[in-house]
Amino acid sequence: MTAIIAADRLTIRFGAVTAVSDVSFEVAKGEIFGFLGPNGSGKTTIIKALCGLLTPSEGTGRILGMDIRKDAAEIRRHVGYMSQKFGLYEDLTVAENLAFYAGVYGLDGERAEERTHEVQKLTGIEPYMKRRAGQLSGGWKQRLALACAIIHSPEVLFLDEPTAGIDPVARRALWDLLFQLSGQGVTFFVTTHYMDEAERCGRVGYIYLSKLIAIGTVAELQKLPEANPAGTSRVQIDTANPSAMLDTVRGMAGVREATIFGRSIHALAETDGLGALRAKLPQARVETIEPSLEDVFVTLTYQIMEASR
Amino acid sequence: MRGLFRGLVPVCRKEFLHIVRDPGTLFFALLIPILQLFLFGFAVDTNVRQIPTVVLDESQTQESRRLLESFAGSDVFALRSYATSPEGLYETIRSGKARAGIRIPFDYARRLQDGTTATVLVLVDGSDSTVAGQAMSTSTGVALKESLVRVLPDGTLPIEVRPSVLYNPATRSANFFVPGLIAILLQVMIILLIALSLVREREHGTLEQLTMTPVAPLGLMVGKMIPYGVLAFGELCAILTVMRVVFLVPIHGSVFLLLALSAPFLLTVLGVGLVISTRAHTQAEAFQLAMGTILPSVFLSGYIFLIENMPLFFRGISQLIPATYYIEILRGIILRGAGMGELWVQALVLTLMGCAAILVAARLFVKQGAA
Repeated sequence: MTAIIAADRLTIRFGAVTAVSDVSFEVAKGEIFGFLGPNGSGKTTIIKALCGLLTPSEGTGRILGMDIRKDAAEIRRHVGYMSQKFGLYEDLTVAENLAFYAGVYGLDGERAEERTHEVQKLTGIEPYMKRRAGQLSGGWKQRLALACAIIHSPEVLFLDEPTAGIDPVARRALWDLLFQLSGQGVTFFVTTHYMDEAERCGRVGYIYLSKLIAIGTVAELQKLPEANPAGTSRVQIDTANPSAMLDTVRGMAGVREATIFGRSIHALAETDGLGALRAKLPQARVETIEPSLEDVFVTLTYQIMEASR
Repeated sequence: MRGLFRGLVPVCRKEFLHIVRDPGTLFFALLIPILQLFLFGFAVDTNVRQIPTVVLDESQTQESRRLLESFAGSDVFALRSYATSPEGLYETIRSGKARAGIRIPFDYARRLQDGTTATVLVLVDGSDSTVAGQAMSTSTGVALKESLVRVLPDGTLPIEVRPSVLYNPATRSANFFVPGLIAILLQVMIILLIALSLVREREHGTLEQLTMTPVAPLGLMVGKMIPYGVLAFGELCAILTVMRVVFLVPIHGSVFLLLALSAPFLLTVLGVGLVISTRAHTQAEAFQLAMGTILPSVFLSGYIFLIENMPLFFRGISQLIPATYYIEILRGIILRGAGMGELWVQALVLTLMGCAAILVAARLFVKQGAA
């Protein structure tokens, strides 16, 4: 596989603070790579480093085969970026915003017109071309931001929490667009805190305390040995009143984690103790299940917190 | 070379759009300097005339009245009130109703006739040093002239000084202050406009977006400077028109040269505005920093106080203030009709300062992209 995005032992320090520590990964052409992690875990810093805006303290990275340390200016011509702030000029119209970004990316008149037409069709923003960007709804602002980010037909798109604060319908519409673009060969690097969004990604990396602690497809992550410690089972406990039962379950011997999931409780319990668990909860139905992505990340996070204690 | 300024044209075009989209801000940005020009242009008059004066004439003679007429005739003293006792004289000055007092003693006329020295007391409120200085020199002059007239039988004075004021014959304050005011007004307007424009982009997240594009720092900086530079030129023309038509300040030199030599100053203040915008994170911060540049430019640039009279340290500082050079250019061309031969040094210094400011701003901007 020729990697479109490659990070090789990337480490970024700001003075005494290490924002990114020894992170390596590769993303293949057309892939949608999801990057999960709490706020301040280093997601945006990695994007800035990969776009050549920050020089790594150690390690390196390549975008489309170009060195992020040397070819920053060239990389930016081939890369699109969209953040949760959108980067739109609210006092300019949709058309003026598009024209501005087309100009900034150096598209000449004919090419700019052609691309404007294409992104208009793709995002469906055509009816709003004369409207001021500030008057658009959140969902439309987001589409315009995407249209601006892809006006120069980038081969790689970095999306930094692109759906923060957007309603579910608009979120799904955006994801449909992303899939469409990835089908055309655009490679995506998407950061998010939403688990359901992460599950849409082909592969997911989880960063915690500036370290990349897990990476793989959703199925691979679910089968990670660290997320399924030996001698434990992940169970779903269906009961009439899960919230009243949560503390009881948490207090039981052999239960390592328990949390409410919809109308049931998800718990990580020692397999030997399952009989006792069933015996103590006669009315509840206890079934073993695959861990969800959230389960995996919570388990991994607990392990790191315990190890650092 | 093209790469160095990449993105200049679209940034410039977009910035013009921002300006026309917000006519309210544009209107006030252009109007306020004109209003201030009217305000300060009319208010500032450093010539001391008609100092309110209280008189205690204990002599009440033809001679004492003659002396008072002499004082009144000087145009410096305005005899407004009359006291009846020395306490009354002091009280009128202390209360601020008069700034000078003249006391003619009861033996004034007798002493004149005896040929002994007659003493006249002139009290001056020293709280305003300009007024006090003017009052003292005028009263000395009046006394000297009256004495000579009495001593010389035929009344012709042996020496007469005829001062002739060059360049500003009527010594009108407006001629001196309005040209300097142009520099201050333009500076405030431009620094504020350009600094706020960049900080606004930071606040809205569009700056972050721009750093991810191939726009070069100089392309962004210069692209932003052009529209505000054009705006500043328009404002300069408006201010010069008001100066000429309303304040009747003639421009002795070439108007074309004046406009041409304004460019390096505009370049410098635009650069200073950009430097400020790289240091400020919010519009409020940018506003504070912009305001911080005003006082030194007013007090240390020679606008109000002569640089030659400043302590050495402040004279050094004044040489670092762009307004110092521009005020020399403005006064030189407007008042004295100076040409390029006299002003090339100032123009060169401003050009260098402007380029330095822009390079510093671009440098700070690149470093900041990392944060």
